[in-house]
Amino acid sequence: MKRGTAPNWLTIYAVAYMVFLYAPVVLLPLFAFNDATIIAFPLSGFTTEWFKVLWSTDALHSAVGNSAVVAFVTALVSTFLGACAARASSRYSFPAQKGITGFIMLPLVLPEIIVAVSLIVMLMQLGLSLSLLTVVAGHVLICTPFSIAILSSAFAGLDQSLEEASFDLGESRWGTFRRVTLPLVMPGVISSLLICFTISLDEFIIAFFLTGTDATLPVYIWSQLRFPTKLPSVMALGTILLALSVGLLLLAEWFRRRAVRRQGLDASSSEGLL
Amino acid sequence: MSTTKPIIELRDVRKSFGAFEALKGINAVINEGEFFSLLGPSGCGKTTLLRMIAGFEPPTAGDISIDGKSMDGIAANARPTNMVFQSYAIFPHLSVADNVGYGLKTKKLPKADIKREVDGALAMVDLVGYGDRGAHELSGGQRQRVALARALVMRPKVILLDEPLSALDKKLRDQMQFELRELQKSLGITFILVTHDQEEALIMSDRIAVMFEGEIAQLATPEELYRRPATQRVASFIGVMNFLEAKLESSSDQGVTLDIAALGNVTLPYQAVPQGMNPAQIAKVGIRPEMLTLLFDPTDKAENEVQAEVVSSDYYGDMTYYSVSLPNQKDPVIISMRNTAGRSIAAPGSPVRVGWGVESVVLFE
Ligand SMILES: Nc1ncnc2c1ncn2[C@@H]1O[C@H](COP(=O)(O)OP(=O)(O)OP(=O)(O)O)[C@@H](O)[C@H]1O
Ligand SMILES: [Mg+2]
Repeated sequence: MKRGTAPNWLTIYAVAYMVFLYAPVVLLPLFAFNDATIIAFPLSGFTTEWFKVLWSTDALHSAVGNSAVVAFVTALVSTFLGACAARASSRYSFPAQKGITGFIMLPLVLPEIIVAVSLIVMLMQLGLSLSLLTVVAGHVLICTPFSIAILSSAFAGLDQSLEEASFDLGESRWGTFRRVTLPLVMPGVISSLLICFTISLDEFIIAFFLTGTDATLPVYIWSQLRFPTKLPSVMALGTILLALSVGLLLLAEWFRRRAVRRQGLDASSSEGLL
Repeated sequence: MSTTKPIIELRDVRKSFGAFEALKGINAVINEGEFFSLLGPSGCGKTTLLRMIAGFEPPTAGDISIDGKSMDGIAANARPTNMVFQSYAIFPHLSVADNVGYGLKTKKLPKADIKREVDGALAMVDLVGYGDRGAHELSGGQRQRVALARALVMRPKVILLDEPLSALDKKLRDQMQFELRELQKSLGITFILVTHDQEEALIMSDRIAVMFEGEIAQLATPEELYRRPATQRVASFIGVMNFLEAKLESSSDQGVTLDIAALGNVTLPYQAVPQGMNPAQIAKVGIRPEMLTLLFDPTDKAENEVQAEVVSSDYYGDMTYYSVSLPNQKDPVIISMRNTAGRSIAAPGSPVRVGWGVESVVLFE
């Protein structure tokens, strides 16, 4: 009733909150297309100059390449580990199951700086040199919990009797996994790959600590912030990265929903009959 | 069912889950071509036994052999059995034809052969033309048929069915009971059916194993089970049984004479005493509701009669179930009477004569 007339404090709070949260993000593309080297209002004119600068920066290209490799490998490894863990926790019960799962999920809430510092201390102790490989290791550590969370719901929704039926029809364990389990959890797997890829692509702290001489994209961006003239092109780069991340996350969410729908249908058909 | 070659032999099969004994030594021989049912209340271990025959779980002790071969260490995918799951377990990402052909593909059969076999199996379960449908485009009854076709197409020695009809509504269930039985007869494949529905087991089976708490209480034909239940528990699980106090009066050449509190003294031939039962141990006799008659007309006659009183009646259209109190009997007995034209329901409190025959009496320890 009151909604149209009197201002609702909760609505005001919500709007203020959203502005606070997203205004800086909106500024990014705004200045990326702004025709001035100084980041300040008022905007002077429209240009795609900063994007062209990106095109001709070799250091950037190698950073993009490094990031792509790291994110790709991280996504594969994390999703593989996540699938194993999710399957184990949904199918088998073993001693201290809750405790072990809790420990695996811990990096989700651990401050990244702590993870990064402890990893670098450990690597130093082991006498290992820093490289993209160590970045991958760090990223796998923080991505695996996300992968487990996504894949757990995919595996939990999988009716165990489907796998038994396949086995009963003469198929091997591996064949059952390939012909029944994998197709049914595939949307979850893709969603996990996309999310891990995105997390790794955007991650800065661990990459900053653990990378050797090969900078990843966020590390490269950070290094460019020291040069005021580079700022607009950093904005342009940020804009591209933002669009890419949002796109990947939306795609991941679409796959996750598809997985739920597929299994929801399956679940309702087995439940509805009871 | 001309042959009586054993196809499945269960020898002292046991299964424990931790400290809990789900199966406490099952012994049974199931014959080739037989429709065999495992009947029992929820939690008695029917599914557990079926899953062990299928090979999903190993027995804790004992031996299961199929077609003369011990199945010890042989996994489900190498056993000559196929299962129809309670949830049907239709693969949701495959079409009906791919579901049915799933097992043939693992056998690496040529495509053309698979198609022919699948079409044959779909025809058997009356689903011609449904091959291209998705799993989610099927009704409950159709899913059930697909699950059955998927098992049939493998030509197994034994088909295992875990409550395959429990998800269907009454009418469809009656129809599927009939079709399943017909199919089994015409194919001659051994079926093992798990059910907790005694009516379903009686209608469909050649033989039934009644299970309670991980043990087989009685293994017999439906008729034997109904007419000669081995224990009071079996008797009340299969249909309705009236129990009357009784004890041995004397034994003679003619047979055993029992003193039944509500009915008086009666002499039964020795054949009426089940094997292994000591007549001195007899504590109860049982009589089915339809084996007792209310003698409404003064001219009605029966082998034996006793004077009684109507307590209440339940009208079921074709039948009326009367509660009748007999002399020297605490609980009233149930008597079912077919309703005939021109006979009204006896009112509560009215005196009646109850007729009964000696052959209908079952003895219990
Ligand atoms: N994996 C398991 N772990 C522990 N206990 C189990 C397991 N499977 C079955 N049981 C127990 O074994 C007993 C028999 O189970 P089962 O599923 O065989 O019963 P059922 O006769 O099929 O009953 P229903 O008619 O309800 O399906 C039950 O008490 C059940 O709780
Ligand atoms: Mg069961």
